[in-house]
Amino acid sequence: MTGRRVAITGVGLISPLGVGNDENWRSLCAGQSGIGPITRFDASILSTRIAGEVRNFDPTRWIAKKEVRQMDLFIQYAIAAAAMAVEDAQLGAPDDPERFGVYVGAGLGGLPVLEATHDSLREKGPRLGISPYFVPAIIVNLAPGQISIRHNYRGPNMSHVSACSTGAHSIGEAFHLIARGGADVMIAGGTEATVSPLCVGGFASMRALSTRNDEPTKASRPFTVSRDGFVLSEGCGLVILEEWERAKARGARIYAEIVGYAATSDAHHITAPSPDGEGAQRCMRLALRDAGLAPETVGYINAHGTSTSADATETGAIKAVFGEHARKLAVSSTKSMHGHLLGATGGLEAAICALALHHNVLPPTINLDEPDPDCDLDYVPHEARRVAVDVALSNSFGFGGTNACLVFKRAG
Amino acid sequence: MTTSDIEKQVIEIVREQLDVKPEDCTLDKIFTDDLGADSLAIVELVLAFEEHFEIKIPDEEVENIKTVGDAVSYIRARRKA
Repeated sequence: MTGRRVAITGVGLISPLGVGNDENWRSLCAGQSGIGPITRFDASILSTRIAGEVRNFDPTRWIAKKEVRQMDLFIQYAIAAAAMAVEDAQLGAPDDPERFGVYVGAGLGGLPVLEATHDSLREKGPRLGISPYFVPAIIVNLAPGQISIRHNYRGPNMSHVSACSTGAHSIGEAFHLIARGGADVMIAGGTEATVSPLCVGGFASMRALSTRNDEPTKASRPFTVSRDGFVLSEGCGLVILEEWERAKARGARIYAEIVGYAATSDAHHITAPSPDGEGAQRCMRLALRDAGLAPETVGYINAHGTSTSADATETGAIKAVFGEHARKLAVSSTKSMHGHLLGATGGLEAAICALALHHNVLPPTINLDEPDPDCDLDYVPHEARRVAVDVALSNSFGFGGTNACLVFKRAG
Repeated sequence: MTTSDIEKQVIEIVREQLDVKPEDCTLDKIFTDDLGADSLAIVELVLAFEEHFEIKIPDEEVENIKTVGDAVSYIRARRKA
């Protein structure tokens, strides 16, 4: 992207690994799993009874008590994570609100409230059964809407919806918006909270989820021969993107520079990746071209790596793009620890890339006991690795064959 | 149900719905201007009255219920009827 440079000056993280940036980073470096039995509802009738639930989230730390019930959990997460990110970046109130915007999406939106409201509609009828807050509680763009109301951000405000690529697309689009001059500061990323009967049941019906119910912490095992599906998870990953000179001028701490982004479509199948990961390959190549960087500069890839058969496709795509260099770079799937946050996952993983460049630590792929022979790269198994890399890349691929790739560079 | 029962229960519902302190929830308080209710909060409040007191409050009558006291009077009249 030719245009203005863009810095990442803050992150706001909520995941099964913790509520807050430090908790998340500590768990990621320690190689801890956040996966456990489903407690949010009685999952005993489902084939999958495990998930990555956010624990110890008290919405009233950020949201007035009477407002909490007016919004689904994914919006509460977004409000909380945005507050954390703004504080982390020490942004303060916007000096020029029209130049501040919010791109925060969700893959599914407010399923839990939708399910509960449908129940109460049947029980009590439409007058008493449907809250006047039902619509604003569930629609996806109320996540960025609520953030803008709370922080007085009056610039572009919308949600990009692209399944599991949502968070990455949101950040990529916000990056390009700032680069071409459409805004100076953006809160961007994804949020999701769908540990609910319909959602878990829906993915289980596709046979997409791990059924390793007896060993929840081992269930998300990307790149292994024994992987049996992804682990559904929830949370929110947001970043503060800020025009470089503005960030420098105020002396902001810069975690990393975001330098490249691309979006492609497989145009192939509703859920399966294209053969040889053609859409993913093209996405990585275009993102590197956008960054003006050669493949050999990349030291770390945060893989999409969902713990499904597609891990081998992604591995093949990485080899096709990077050639010999694929053997030298480090790849990890942090989903092995935090699970698959669906629309939020790309936001969380982008933040992880920025933190990895900043702290010189690559979070591991845990549970990598016996790699699939078709998955033969350096996946940073089991333990975090202390190493300084200059360029990191984050892959996200969503149902519908929608791909996103982000490129980050060490600040400097 | 006596008038003071109704009053107590209305105040309890208003406090719960609009999250206001007991000392702020007096009969003269206007839902919108004094207690911070927007149009959606008013709808929700009315539905809570309907459910609790087992009455129906038609939309065209809602605009006459502006204060906590209006709600008490309205509900008392409807309960007698």
